[in-house]
Amino acid sequence: MIFAIEVAIGGLLVGVMYSLVALGFVLIYKSSGVFNFAQGDMTLLAALALVGFLTIFPLWLAILAALVLMIALAIAIEAIVLRPLVARPPLALFMATIGLGFFLQGIGQGIWGTDPKGLDIGISDIPFKIKGLLISQFDLAGGALAGGLVFALVWFFQKSRTGRALRAVSDDHEAALSVGIPLRRAWAISWAIAGLVALVAGIMWGSRLGVQFSLSLIALKALPILILGGIDSIPGAIIAGLVVGASENLAEVFLGPYVGGGIQTFFPYLLALVVLWFKPYGMFGREIIERV
Amino acid sequence: MNQNPLLRVNNIEVVYEHVILVLKGVSLEVPEGGLVALLGANGAGKSTTLKAISNLLRAERGEVTKGVIEFMGNRIDRKDAAEVVRRGIVQVMEGRRKFEHLTVEDDLLTGAYSRRDTHLVKKDLDLVYSYFPRLAERRNVKTGYISGGEQQMVVIGRALMARPKLMLLDEPSMGLAPLLVQEIFDIVVRLNREEKVAILLAEQNAAMALQVARYGYIMENGRLVLDGDADTLRDNEDVREFYLGLTEIGKKSYRNVKHYKRRKRWLT
Ligand SMILES: Nc1ncnc2c1ncn2[C@@H]1O[C@H](COP(=O)(O)OP(=O)(O)O)[C@@H](O)[C@H]1O
Ligand SMILES: [Mg+2]
Repeated sequence: MIFAIEVAIGGLLVGVMYSLVALGFVLIYKSSGVFNFAQGDMTLLAALALVGFLTIFPLWLAILAALVLMIALAIAIEAIVLRPLVARPPLALFMATIGLGFFLQGIGQGIWGTDPKGLDIGISDIPFKIKGLLISQFDLAGGALAGGLVFALVWFFQKSRTGRALRAVSDDHEAALSVGIPLRRAWAISWAIAGLVALVAGIMWGSRLGVQFSLSLIALKALPILILGGIDSIPGAIIAGLVVGASENLAEVFLGPYVGGGIQTFFPYLLALVVLWFKPYGMFGREIIERV
Repeated sequence: MNQNPLLRVNNIEVVYEHVILVLKGVSLEVPEGGLVALLGANGAGKSTTLKAISNLLRAERGEVTKGVIEFMGNRIDRKDAAEVVRRGIVQVMEGRRKFEHLTVEDDLLTGAYSRRDTHLVKKDLDLVYSYFPRLAERRNVKTGYISGGEQQMVVIGRALMARPKLMLLDEPSMGLAPLLVQEIFDIVVRLNREEKVAILLAEQNAAMALQVARYGYIMENGRLVLDGDADTLRDNEDVREFYLGLTEIGKKSYRNVKHYKRRKRWLT
Protein backbone atom coordinates (compact mmCIF):
# COMPACT_ATOMS: atom_id res chain seq x y z
CA MET A 1 0.00 0.00 0.00
CA ILE A 2 2.79 2.41 0.92
CA PHE A 3 4.38 1.60 -2.38
CA ALA A 4 1.16 2.42 -4.23
CA ILE A 5 0.98 5.78 -2.49
CA GLU A 6 4.58 6.50 -3.39
CA VAL A 7 3.86 5.65 -7.00
CA ALA A 8 0.77 7.86 -6.99
CA ILE A 9 2.62 10.79 -5.41
CA GLY A 10 5.48 10.44 -7.85
CA GLY A 11 2.92 10.44 -10.66
CA LEU A 12 1.13 13.50 -9.31
CA LEU A 13 4.36 15.47 -9.09
CA VAL A 14 5.18 14.62 -12.68
CA GLY A 15 1.55 15.39 -13.49
CA VAL A 16 1.95 18.97 -12.30
CA MET A 17 4.69 19.36 -14.89
CA TYR A 18 2.36 17.91 -17.53
CA SER A 19 -0.26 20.43 -16.47
CA LEU A 20 2.22 23.18 -17.06
CA VAL A 21 2.91 22.07 -20.62
CA ALA A 22 -0.81 21.76 -21.30
CA LEU A 23 -1.40 25.21 -19.85
CA GLY A 24 0.87 26.66 -22.52
CA PHE A 25 -1.56 25.38 -25.14
CA VAL A 26 -4.64 26.49 -23.26
CA LEU A 27 -3.41 30.06 -22.81
CA ILE A 28 -2.71 30.52 -26.51
CA TYR A 29 -5.94 28.82 -27.50
CA LYS A 30 -7.97 31.02 -25.22
CA SER A 31 -6.47 34.27 -26.42
CA SER A 32 -5.72 33.71 -30.11
CA GLY A 33 -8.17 30.91 -30.78
CA VAL A 34 -5.46 28.72 -32.29
CA PHE A 35 -3.97 25.38 -31.41
CA ASN A 36 -0.32 26.33 -31.09
CA PHE A 37 1.57 23.60 -32.81
CA ALA A 38 4.84 25.33 -31.92
CA GLN A 39 4.46 24.99 -28.13
CA GLY A 40 6.79 21.98 -27.95
CA ASP A 41 9.38 23.74 -30.07
CA MET A 42 9.13 26.81 -27.86
CA THR A 43 9.94 24.56 -24.92
CA LEU A 44 12.93 23.14 -26.74
CA LEU A 45 14.12 26.59 -27.79
CA ALA A 46 13.81 27.92 -24.23
CA ALA A 47 15.80 24.99 -22.85
CA LEU A 48 18.46 25.27 -25.56
CA ALA A 49 18.80 28.98 -24.94
CA LEU A 50 19.09 28.41 -21.21
CA VAL A 51 21.85 25.84 -21.66
CA GLY A 52 23.60 28.25 -24.00
CA PHE A 53 23.33 31.19 -21.62
CA LEU A 54 24.55 29.01 -18.74
CA THR A 55 27.95 28.80 -20.42
CA ILE A 56 28.36 32.57 -20.00
CA PHE A 57 26.06 33.59 -17.13
CA PRO A 58 25.31 32.39 -13.60
CA LEU A 59 22.04 30.48 -13.25
CA TRP A 60 19.71 33.35 -12.33
CA LEU A 61 21.03 35.60 -15.08
CA ALA A 62 20.80 32.80 -17.63
CA ILE A 63 17.16 32.20 -16.68
CA LEU A 64 16.48 35.92 -16.96
CA ALA A 65 18.17 36.07 -20.36
CA ALA A 66 16.15 33.09 -21.60
CA LEU A 67 12.97 34.77 -20.33
CA VAL A 68 13.82 37.99 -22.16
CA LEU A 69 14.38 35.93 -25.29
CA MET A 70 10.96 34.27 -24.95
CA ILE A 71 9.24 37.63 -24.46
CA ALA A 72 11.02 39.10 -27.48
CA LEU A 73 9.93 36.03 -29.41
CA ALA A 74 6.30 36.61 -28.36
CA ILE A 75 6.39 40.19 -29.59
CA ALA A 76 7.95 39.07 -32.88
CA ILE A 77 5.35 36.31 -33.34
CA GLU A 78 2.55 38.83 -32.83
CA ALA A 79 4.02 41.23 -35.39
CA ILE A 80 5.16 38.75 -38.01
CA VAL A 81 2.73 35.83 -37.74
CA LEU A 82 -0.49 36.94 -36.05
CA ARG A 83 -1.03 40.49 -37.25
CA PRO A 84 -1.03 39.72 -40.97
CA LEU A 85 -3.50 36.90 -40.33
CA VAL A 86 -6.12 39.01 -38.54
CA ALA A 87 -9.63 38.05 -39.66
CA ARG A 88 -8.34 35.06 -41.62
CA PRO A 89 -9.74 31.57 -41.04
CA PRO A 90 -8.38 29.79 -37.91
CA LEU A 91 -6.86 27.10 -40.13
CA ALA A 92 -4.47 29.67 -41.62
CA LEU A 93 -3.30 30.51 -38.12
CA PHE A 94 -2.88 26.83 -37.27
CA MET A 95 -0.77 26.27 -40.38
CA ALA A 96 1.29 29.30 -39.46
CA THR A 97 2.10 27.79 -36.05
CA ILE A 98 3.28 24.59 -37.75
CA GLY A 99 5.67 26.66 -39.83
CA LEU A 100 6.68 28.58 -36.74
CA GLY A 101 7.49 25.32 -34.95
CA PHE A 102 9.90 24.17 -37.66
CA PHE A 103 11.43 27.61 -37.77
CA LEU A 104 12.07 27.72 -34.02
CA GLN A 105 13.50 24.22 -34.05
CA GLY A 106 15.86 25.18 -36.87
CA ILE A 107 16.95 28.40 -35.18
CA GLY A 108 17.52 26.76 -31.80
CA GLN A 109 19.50 23.85 -33.16
CA GLY A 110 21.32 26.09 -35.64
CA ILE A 111 22.63 28.31 -32.86
CA TRP A 112 23.13 25.82 -30.06
CA GLY A 113 23.69 22.56 -31.93
CA THR A 114 21.83 19.26 -32.09
CA ASP A 115 23.88 17.21 -29.65
CA PRO A 116 22.12 16.28 -26.40
CA LYS A 117 23.10 18.52 -23.51
CA GLY A 118 22.72 18.16 -19.80
CA LEU A 119 21.01 20.86 -17.80
CA ASP A 120 21.91 21.09 -14.15
CA ILE A 121 19.95 23.54 -12.06
CA GLY A 122 21.38 22.31 -8.81
CA ILE A 123 18.57 20.17 -7.47
CA SER A 124 19.84 16.71 -6.66
CA ASP A 125 17.75 13.67 -7.48
CA ILE A 126 18.18 11.91 -4.15
CA PRO A 127 14.89 10.60 -2.82
CA PHE A 128 14.04 11.43 0.78
CA LYS A 129 11.59 10.14 3.30
CA ILE A 130 8.50 11.91 4.64
CA LYS A 131 6.45 9.88 7.10
CA GLY A 132 7.87 6.69 5.73
CA LEU A 133 7.18 7.62 2.10
CA LEU A 134 10.04 7.78 -0.37
CA ILE A 135 9.72 10.89 -2.51
CA SER A 136 11.99 12.21 -5.22
CA GLN A 137 13.41 15.57 -4.21
CA PHE A 138 13.59 16.58 -7.81
CA ASP A 139 9.96 15.78 -8.56
CA LEU A 140 8.96 17.63 -5.41
CA ALA A 141 10.85 20.75 -6.49
CA GLY A 142 9.43 20.48 -10.00
CA GLY A 143 5.94 19.95 -8.69
CA ALA A 144 6.24 22.92 -6.35
CA LEU A 145 7.58 25.24 -9.04
CA ALA A 146 5.03 24.19 -11.62
CA GLY A 147 2.27 24.36 -9.01
CA GLY A 148 3.30 27.86 -7.99
CA LEU A 149 3.29 29.04 -11.58
CA VAL A 150 -0.08 27.45 -12.27
CA PHE A 151 -1.51 29.16 -9.20
CA ALA A 152 -0.09 32.52 -10.25
CA LEU A 153 -1.50 32.15 -13.75
CA VAL A 154 -4.96 31.29 -12.51
CA TRP A 155 -4.92 34.31 -10.24
CA PHE A 156 -3.72 36.51 -13.08
CA PHE A 157 -6.47 35.39 -15.43
CA GLN A 158 -9.32 35.47 -12.97
CA LYS A 159 -8.49 38.52 -10.89
CA SER A 160 -6.29 41.01 -12.68
CA ARG A 161 -7.48 43.70 -15.07
CA THR A 162 -5.21 42.43 -17.84
CA GLY A 163 -6.32 38.85 -17.25
CA ARG A 164 -9.94 39.92 -17.56
CA ALA A 165 -9.10 41.69 -20.80
CA LEU A 166 -7.44 38.54 -22.14
CA ARG A 167 -10.53 36.51 -21.30
CA ALA A 168 -12.64 39.07 -23.11
CA VAL A 169 -10.38 38.81 -26.16
CA SER A 170 -10.81 35.06 -26.13
CA ASP A 171 -14.60 35.35 -26.16
CA ASP A 172 -14.94 37.97 -28.90
CA HIS A 173 -11.89 39.80 -30.07
CA GLU A 174 -13.70 42.39 -32.13
CA ALA A 175 -15.92 43.32 -29.20
CA ALA A 176 -12.80 43.53 -27.04
CA LEU A 177 -11.33 45.92 -29.57
CA SER A 178 -14.52 47.99 -29.43
CA VAL A 179 -14.03 48.74 -25.74
CA GLY A 180 -10.43 49.76 -26.27
CA ILE A 181 -8.53 46.59 -25.44
CA PRO A 182 -5.46 46.65 -27.70
CA LEU A 183 -5.50 43.28 -29.42
CA ARG A 184 -1.86 43.31 -30.37
CA ARG A 185 -0.77 43.83 -26.82
CA ALA A 186 -3.20 41.16 -25.62
CA TRP A 187 -1.79 38.66 -28.10
CA ALA A 188 1.80 39.56 -27.30
CA ILE A 189 1.08 39.17 -23.58
CA SER A 190 -0.49 35.75 -23.96
CA TRP A 191 2.34 34.51 -26.17
CA ALA A 192 4.83 35.88 -23.68
CA ILE A 193 3.06 33.93 -20.94
CA ALA A 194 3.17 30.83 -23.13
CA GLY A 195 6.87 31.56 -23.54
CA LEU A 196 7.30 31.72 -19.77
CA VAL A 197 5.46 28.44 -19.39
CA ALA A 198 7.66 26.94 -22.11
CA LEU A 199 10.75 28.13 -20.27
CA VAL A 200 9.72 26.64 -16.93
CA ALA A 201 8.69 23.41 -18.63
CA GLY A 202 11.98 23.45 -20.52
CA ILE A 203 13.91 23.82 -17.25
CA MET A 204 12.05 21.02 -15.47
CA TRP A 205 11.95 18.57 -18.34
CA GLY A 206 15.34 19.56 -19.70
CA SER A 207 17.09 18.83 -16.44
CA ARG A 208 15.18 15.58 -16.18
CA LEU A 209 15.59 14.22 -19.70
CA GLY A 210 18.45 16.27 -21.08
CA VAL A 211 18.11 19.02 -23.65
CA GLN A 212 17.76 17.66 -27.16
CA PHE A 213 15.28 17.43 -30.00
CA SER A 214 13.06 14.93 -28.22
CA LEU A 215 12.23 17.60 -25.64
CA SER A 216 9.88 19.16 -28.17
CA LEU A 217 7.92 15.92 -28.11
CA ILE A 218 6.66 16.53 -24.58
CA ALA A 219 3.98 18.44 -26.44
CA LEU A 220 2.62 14.99 -27.31
CA LYS A 221 2.13 14.40 -23.60
CA ALA A 222 -0.07 17.46 -23.52
CA LEU A 223 -2.47 16.18 -26.18
CA PRO A 224 -4.36 13.62 -24.09
CA ILE A 225 -4.41 16.14 -21.25
CA LEU A 226 -6.01 18.71 -23.51
CA ILE A 227 -8.54 16.16 -24.67
CA LEU A 228 -9.30 15.20 -21.08
CA GLY A 229 -9.41 18.69 -19.66
CA GLY A 230 -10.75 20.61 -22.63
CA ILE A 231 -8.47 22.84 -24.64
CA ASP A 232 -9.93 26.04 -23.25
CA SER A 233 -10.06 25.27 -19.55
CA ILE A 234 -7.30 26.29 -17.17
CA PRO A 235 -8.59 24.18 -14.25
CA GLY A 236 -9.14 21.39 -16.78
CA ALA A 237 -5.49 21.41 -17.82
CA ILE A 238 -4.38 21.33 -14.21
CA ILE A 239 -6.62 18.51 -13.06
CA ALA A 240 -6.21 16.45 -16.23
CA GLY A 241 -2.43 16.79 -15.92
CA LEU A 242 -2.59 15.41 -12.40
CA VAL A 243 -4.94 12.61 -13.40
CA VAL A 244 -2.71 11.60 -16.30
CA GLY A 245 0.46 11.78 -14.22
CA ALA A 246 -0.88 9.65 -11.38
CA SER A 247 -2.82 7.15 -13.47
CA GLU A 248 -0.08 6.44 -16.00
CA ASN A 249 2.42 5.88 -13.21
CA LEU A 250 0.07 3.53 -11.40
CA ALA A 251 -0.78 1.73 -14.62
CA GLU A 252 2.85 1.32 -15.52
CA VAL A 253 3.80 -0.10 -12.14
CA PHE A 254 0.79 -2.34 -11.51
CA LEU A 255 -0.50 -3.26 -14.97
CA GLY A 256 2.76 -2.92 -16.85
CA PRO A 257 4.28 -6.24 -15.81
CA TYR A 258 1.29 -8.14 -17.27
CA VAL A 259 1.59 -6.61 -20.72
CA GLY A 260 5.34 -6.28 -20.83
CA GLY A 261 5.57 -2.62 -19.78
CA GLY A 262 5.55 0.57 -21.81
CA ILE A 263 1.96 1.37 -20.85
CA GLN A 264 2.94 4.89 -19.90
CA THR A 265 3.20 6.06 -23.48
CA PHE A 266 -0.29 5.14 -24.59
CA PHE A 267 -2.29 4.91 -21.38
CA PRO A 268 -3.15 8.65 -21.33
CA TYR A 269 -4.55 8.40 -24.85
CA LEU A 270 -6.69 5.47 -23.84
CA LEU A 271 -7.99 7.43 -20.89
CA ALA A 272 -8.69 10.45 -23.09
CA LEU A 273 -10.61 8.33 -25.56
CA VAL A 274 -12.85 6.94 -22.87
CA VAL A 275 -13.58 10.41 -21.51
CA LEU A 276 -14.34 11.76 -24.99
CA TRP A 277 -17.03 9.16 -25.31
CA PHE A 278 -18.94 10.64 -22.43
CA LYS A 279 -17.88 14.30 -22.47
CA PRO A 280 -17.18 15.59 -25.97
CA TYR A 281 -15.84 18.94 -24.71
CA GLY A 282 -13.53 17.24 -22.21
CA MET A 283 -14.11 17.09 -18.50
CA PHE A 284 -13.94 20.85 -18.09
CA GLY A 285 -14.11 22.16 -21.64
CA ARG A 286 -16.34 25.16 -21.76
CA GLU A 287 -19.62 24.45 -23.30
CA ILE A 288 -20.59 26.41 -26.37
CA ILE A 289 -23.31 28.57 -24.92
CA GLU A 290 -26.24 28.65 -27.28
CA ARG A 291 -29.34 30.61 -26.51
CA VAL A 292 -32.11 31.78 -28.70
CA MET B 1 -25.90 72.46 -38.08
CA ASN B 2 -23.17 73.57 -35.72
CA GLN B 3 -19.95 75.56 -36.06
CA ASN B 4 -17.88 73.12 -34.04
CA PRO B 5 -19.53 69.76 -33.88
CA LEU B 6 -18.20 67.03 -31.58
CA LEU B 7 -17.90 64.67 -34.53
CA ARG B 8 -17.52 65.61 -38.15
CA VAL B 9 -17.47 62.98 -40.87
CA ASN B 10 -16.50 64.63 -44.09
CA ASN B 11 -17.09 62.99 -47.44
CA ILE B 12 -15.66 59.58 -46.58
CA GLU B 13 -15.34 56.59 -48.83
CA VAL B 14 -14.90 53.08 -47.39
CA VAL B 15 -13.50 50.07 -49.22
CA TYR B 16 -13.48 46.47 -47.93
CA GLU B 17 -10.79 43.99 -49.00
CA HIS B 18 -9.23 46.72 -51.20
CA VAL B 19 -11.97 46.31 -53.82
CA ILE B 20 -15.49 46.47 -52.39
CA LEU B 21 -16.59 50.10 -52.33
CA VAL B 22 -19.29 50.41 -49.69
CA LEU B 23 -19.51 54.06 -48.59
CA LYS B 24 -19.53 56.71 -51.27
CA GLY B 25 -19.05 60.22 -49.97
CA VAL B 26 -20.75 60.15 -46.57
CA SER B 27 -20.80 63.35 -44.51
CA LEU B 28 -22.48 63.79 -41.17
CA GLU B 29 -22.14 65.61 -37.89
CA VAL B 30 -22.96 64.96 -34.27
CA PRO B 31 -23.09 68.04 -32.01
CA GLU B 32 -21.89 68.05 -28.42
CA GLY B 33 -24.47 66.16 -26.36
CA GLY B 34 -26.54 65.42 -29.47
CA LEU B 35 -28.71 62.42 -30.21
CA VAL B 36 -28.55 61.73 -33.93
CA ALA B 37 -30.16 58.86 -35.82
CA LEU B 38 -28.66 57.13 -38.85
CA LEU B 39 -31.47 55.31 -40.61
CA GLY B 40 -31.48 52.89 -43.47
CA ALA B 41 -32.41 49.43 -44.64
CA ASN B 42 -30.31 46.37 -44.05
CA GLY B 43 -27.09 46.64 -46.05
CA ALA B 44 -27.33 50.41 -46.51
CA GLY B 45 -23.97 50.99 -44.83
CA LYS B 46 -24.91 52.11 -41.31
CA SER B 47 -22.61 49.70 -39.48
CA THR B 48 -19.80 50.48 -41.89
CA THR B 49 -20.20 54.18 -41.13
CA LEU B 50 -20.00 53.56 -37.37
CA LYS B 51 -16.99 51.26 -37.79
CA ALA B 52 -15.25 53.86 -39.90
CA ILE B 53 -15.61 56.29 -36.98
CA SER B 54 -14.51 53.82 -34.28
CA ASN B 55 -11.98 52.28 -36.66
CA LEU B 56 -13.15 48.77 -36.01
CA LEU B 57 -13.05 48.67 -39.79
CA ARG B 58 -9.46 47.55 -39.86
CA ALA B 59 -10.30 44.32 -38.02
CA GLU B 60 -12.65 43.52 -40.92
CA ARG B 61 -10.17 44.38 -43.63
CA GLY B 62 -11.91 47.65 -44.42
CA GLU B 63 -10.36 51.06 -44.93
CA VAL B 64 -11.33 54.71 -45.19
CA THR B 65 -9.85 55.59 -48.57
CA LYS B 66 -11.11 59.16 -48.90
CA GLY B 67 -12.37 61.91 -46.68
CA VAL B 68 -11.74 62.99 -43.12
CA ILE B 69 -13.18 62.11 -39.71
CA GLU B 70 -12.68 64.67 -36.97
CA PHE B 71 -13.46 64.34 -33.29
CA MET B 72 -13.22 67.47 -31.13
CA GLY B 73 -11.28 69.13 -33.93
CA ASN B 74 -8.69 66.36 -34.34
CA ARG B 75 -8.44 63.83 -37.15
CA ILE B 76 -9.09 60.31 -35.95
CA ASP B 77 -9.41 58.38 -39.20
CA ARG B 78 -5.85 57.11 -38.97
CA LYS B 79 -5.93 56.23 -35.26
CA ASP B 80 -6.29 52.66 -34.11
CA ALA B 81 -9.42 51.48 -32.34
CA ALA B 82 -7.96 51.53 -28.82
CA GLU B 83 -6.78 55.11 -29.32
CA VAL B 84 -10.23 56.16 -30.54
CA VAL B 85 -11.74 54.71 -27.36
CA ARG B 86 -9.20 56.58 -25.24
CA ARG B 87 -10.25 59.80 -26.95
CA GLY B 88 -13.86 59.25 -25.96
CA ILE B 89 -15.73 57.29 -28.64
CA VAL B 90 -17.14 53.85 -27.90
CA GLN B 91 -19.10 51.73 -30.31
CA VAL B 92 -21.76 49.29 -29.17
CA MET B 93 -21.73 46.81 -32.01
CA GLU B 94 -24.88 45.27 -33.38
CA GLY B 95 -25.86 41.79 -32.28
CA ARG B 96 -25.18 42.15 -28.52
CA ARG B 97 -21.55 41.21 -28.52
CA LYS B 98 -21.23 40.34 -24.85
CA PHE B 99 -18.32 38.26 -23.55
CA GLU B 100 -20.36 35.16 -22.93
CA HIS B 101 -18.02 33.39 -20.52
CA LEU B 102 -17.53 36.46 -18.34
CA THR B 103 -19.90 37.33 -15.54
CA VAL B 104 -22.08 40.40 -15.98
CA GLU B 105 -19.83 42.34 -13.64
CA ASP B 106 -16.58 41.27 -15.30
CA ASP B 107 -18.06 42.07 -18.69
CA LEU B 108 -19.02 45.56 -17.53
CA LEU B 109 -15.56 46.08 -16.06
CA THR B 110 -13.83 45.33 -19.36
CA GLY B 111 -15.39 48.59 -20.53
CA ALA B 112 -13.12 50.47 -18.13
CA TYR B 113 -9.96 48.87 -19.52
CA SER B 114 -8.59 51.98 -21.19
CA ARG B 115 -9.28 54.34 -18.29
CA ARG B 116 -6.55 55.88 -16.20
CA ASP B 117 -8.79 57.10 -13.37
CA THR B 118 -9.16 53.60 -11.97
CA HIS B 119 -10.33 54.87 -8.58
CA LEU B 120 -13.58 56.09 -10.17
CA VAL B 121 -14.40 52.77 -11.82
CA LYS B 122 -16.28 51.41 -8.81
CA LYS B 123 -18.47 54.49 -8.71
CA ASP B 124 -19.30 54.15 -12.39
CA LEU B 125 -20.13 50.50 -11.94
CA ASP B 126 -22.74 51.57 -9.39
CA LEU B 127 -23.95 54.17 -11.86
CA VAL B 128 -24.45 51.49 -14.51
CA TYR B 129 -26.34 49.37 -11.99
CA SER B 130 -28.54 52.33 -11.15
CA TYR B 131 -29.54 52.65 -14.81
CA PHE B 132 -29.89 48.88 -15.21
CA PRO B 133 -31.02 47.51 -11.84
CA ARG B 134 -31.63 44.13 -13.45
CA LEU B 135 -27.91 43.80 -14.13
CA ALA B 136 -27.14 44.33 -10.46
CA GLU B 137 -29.26 41.30 -9.65
CA ARG B 138 -27.45 39.22 -12.22
CA ARG B 139 -23.93 40.52 -11.63
CA ASN B 140 -22.46 37.06 -10.96
CA VAL B 141 -24.18 35.25 -13.84
CA LYS B 142 -22.28 34.61 -17.06
CA THR B 143 -23.56 36.90 -19.80
CA GLY B 144 -24.09 33.90 -22.06
CA TYR B 145 -26.93 32.83 -19.83
CA ILE B 146 -28.91 36.05 -19.41
CA SER B 147 -31.80 37.18 -21.62
CA GLY B 148 -31.38 39.07 -24.87
CA GLY B 149 -32.63 42.30 -23.33
CA GLU B 150 -30.21 41.97 -20.44
CA GLN B 151 -27.39 41.29 -22.86
CA GLN B 152 -28.20 44.50 -24.70
CA MET B 153 -28.08 46.28 -21.33
CA VAL B 154 -24.69 44.72 -20.61
CA VAL B 155 -23.13 45.96 -23.83
CA ILE B 156 -24.55 49.47 -23.39
CA GLY B 157 -23.49 49.52 -19.72
CA ARG B 158 -20.04 48.26 -20.67
CA ALA B 159 -19.68 51.11 -23.17
CA LEU B 160 -20.74 53.56 -20.47
CA MET B 161 -17.95 52.21 -18.23
CA ALA B 162 -15.47 53.77 -20.67
CA ARG B 163 -17.02 57.18 -19.85
CA PRO B 164 -17.31 58.16 -23.53
CA LYS B 165 -18.20 61.57 -24.89
CA LEU B 166 -19.79 59.87 -27.89
CA MET B 167 -21.49 56.48 -28.05
CA LEU B 168 -22.07 54.79 -31.39
CA LEU B 169 -25.09 52.55 -30.94
CA ASP B 170 -25.67 49.97 -33.67
CA GLU B 171 -29.23 48.62 -33.84
CA PRO B 172 -29.98 48.19 -30.15
CA SER B 173 -33.55 47.23 -31.05
CA MET B 174 -32.59 44.27 -33.22
CA GLY B 175 -34.35 41.07 -32.24
CA LEU B 176 -35.95 42.43 -29.07
CA ALA B 177 -39.62 42.57 -28.10
CA PRO B 178 -41.23 46.01 -28.50
CA LEU B 179 -41.61 46.56 -24.76
CA LEU B 180 -37.93 45.88 -24.18
CA VAL B 181 -36.98 48.12 -27.07
CA GLN B 182 -38.99 50.89 -25.44
CA GLU B 183 -37.25 50.29 -22.11
CA ILE B 184 -33.80 50.39 -23.68
CA PHE B 185 -34.53 53.49 -25.74
CA ASP B 186 -35.79 55.26 -22.62
CA ILE B 187 -32.49 54.53 -20.91
CA VAL B 188 -30.53 55.67 -23.95
CA VAL B 189 -32.39 59.00 -23.80
CA ARG B 190 -31.62 59.30 -20.09
CA LEU B 191 -27.92 58.56 -20.66
CA ASN B 192 -27.90 61.27 -23.30
CA ARG B 193 -29.60 63.83 -21.03
CA GLU B 194 -28.21 62.99 -17.62
CA GLU B 195 -24.73 61.74 -18.42
CA LYS B 196 -24.26 64.14 -21.35
CA VAL B 197 -23.18 61.34 -23.67
CA ALA B 198 -23.67 62.27 -27.31
CA ILE B 199 -25.20 59.40 -29.27
CA LEU B 200 -25.13 58.36 -32.89
CA LEU B 201 -27.84 55.75 -33.24
CA ALA B 202 -27.92 53.46 -36.28
CA GLU B 203 -31.36 51.89 -36.71
CA GLN B 204 -33.63 50.13 -39.15
CA ASN B 205 -36.44 50.82 -36.73
CA ALA B 206 -36.98 54.37 -37.97
CA ALA B 207 -40.20 54.95 -36.05
CA MET B 208 -38.49 54.26 -32.76
CA ALA B 209 -35.32 56.12 -33.59
CA LEU B 210 -37.09 59.25 -34.77
CA GLN B 211 -39.04 59.32 -31.53
CA VAL B 212 -35.88 59.81 -29.49
CA ALA B 213 -33.42 61.47 -31.88
CA ARG B 214 -33.31 65.20 -32.49
CA TYR B 215 -31.73 64.93 -35.93
CA GLY B 216 -31.59 62.16 -38.50
CA TYR B 217 -29.80 61.01 -41.62
CA ILE B 218 -31.19 58.51 -44.07
CA MET B 219 -28.82 56.21 -45.88
CA GLU B 220 -29.26 54.10 -48.99
CA ASN B 221 -26.67 52.05 -50.80
CA GLY B 222 -23.73 53.70 -49.10
CA ARG B 223 -24.98 57.25 -49.65
CA LEU B 224 -26.87 59.68 -47.47
CA VAL B 225 -30.04 60.63 -49.31
CA LEU B 226 -31.86 62.81 -46.82
CA ASP B 227 -31.27 64.53 -43.52
CA GLY B 228 -33.10 66.89 -41.23
CA ASP B 229 -34.62 67.48 -37.81
CA ALA B 230 -36.43 64.46 -36.49
CA ASP B 231 -39.80 66.25 -36.73
CA THR B 232 -39.20 67.25 -40.32
CA LEU B 233 -38.21 63.72 -41.24
CA ARG B 234 -41.24 62.25 -39.51
CA ASP B 235 -43.47 64.50 -41.63
CA ASN B 236 -41.64 63.84 -44.87
CA GLU B 237 -43.85 61.93 -47.27
CA ASP B 238 -41.18 59.55 -48.54
CA VAL B 239 -39.96 58.79 -45.06
CA ARG B 240 -43.51 58.17 -43.89
CA GLU B 241 -44.14 55.82 -46.74
CA PHE B 242 -40.89 53.89 -46.97
CA TYR B 243 -39.36 54.07 -43.52
CA LEU B 244 -42.27 54.43 -41.18
CA GLY B 245 -44.70 52.32 -43.19
CA LEU B 246 -47.38 54.97 -42.89
CA THR B 247 -49.35 55.49 -46.04
CA GLU B 248 -52.90 55.59 -47.27
CA ILE B 249 -52.28 52.63 -49.56
CA GLY B 250 -51.17 50.50 -46.65
CA LYS B 251 -48.12 49.28 -44.86
CA LYS B 252 -45.01 49.05 -46.95
CA SER B 253 -41.73 47.72 -45.86
CA TYR B 254 -38.57 49.69 -46.35
CA ARG B 255 -37.18 46.73 -48.17
CA ASN B 256 -38.77 48.27 -51.24
CA VAL B 257 -35.88 50.65 -51.66
CA LYS B 258 -35.68 49.89 -55.35
CA HIS B 259 -39.19 51.07 -55.85
CA TYR B 260 -38.36 54.16 -53.82
CA LYS B 261 -35.38 54.96 -55.97
CA ARG B 262 -37.30 54.46 -59.14
CA ARG B 263 -39.82 56.96 -57.96
CA LYS B 264 -37.17 59.41 -56.87
CA ARG B 265 -35.57 59.35 -60.27
CA TRP B 266 -38.91 59.86 -61.85
CA LEU B 267 -39.57 62.84 -59.60
CA THR B 268 -36.35 64.63 -60.41
N1 LIG C 1 -16.39 42.87 -43.90
C1 LIG C 1 -17.03 43.13 -45.05
N2 LIG C 1 -16.47 42.78 -46.23
C2 LIG C 1 -17.10 43.04 -47.39
N3 LIG C 1 -18.28 43.66 -47.49
C3 LIG C 1 -18.90 44.04 -46.36
C4 LIG C 1 -18.30 43.80 -45.09
N4 LIG C 1 -19.13 44.29 -44.14
C5 LIG C 1 -20.19 44.82 -44.80
N5 LIG C 1 -20.05 44.67 -46.14
C6 LIG C 1 -21.00 45.12 -47.16
O1 LIG C 1 -21.20 46.51 -47.01
C7 LIG C 1 -22.56 46.85 -47.21
C8 LIG C 1 -23.05 47.64 -46.02
O2 LIG C 1 -23.09 46.79 -44.89
P1 LIG C 1 -23.39 47.35 -43.45
O3 LIG C 1 -22.55 48.55 -43.20
O4 LIG C 1 -23.27 46.23 -42.51
O5 LIG C 1 -24.91 47.81 -43.58
P2 LIG C 1 -26.03 48.04 -42.49
O6 LIG C 1 -25.36 48.14 -41.16
O7 LIG C 1 -26.69 49.32 -42.89
O8 LIG C 1 -26.95 46.88 -42.57
C9 LIG C 1 -23.31 45.56 -47.45
O9 LIG C 1 -23.53 45.42 -48.84
C10 LIG C 1 -22.37 44.50 -46.96
O10 LIG C 1 -22.51 43.33 -47.71
MG1 LIG D 1 -25.66 46.92 -39.58
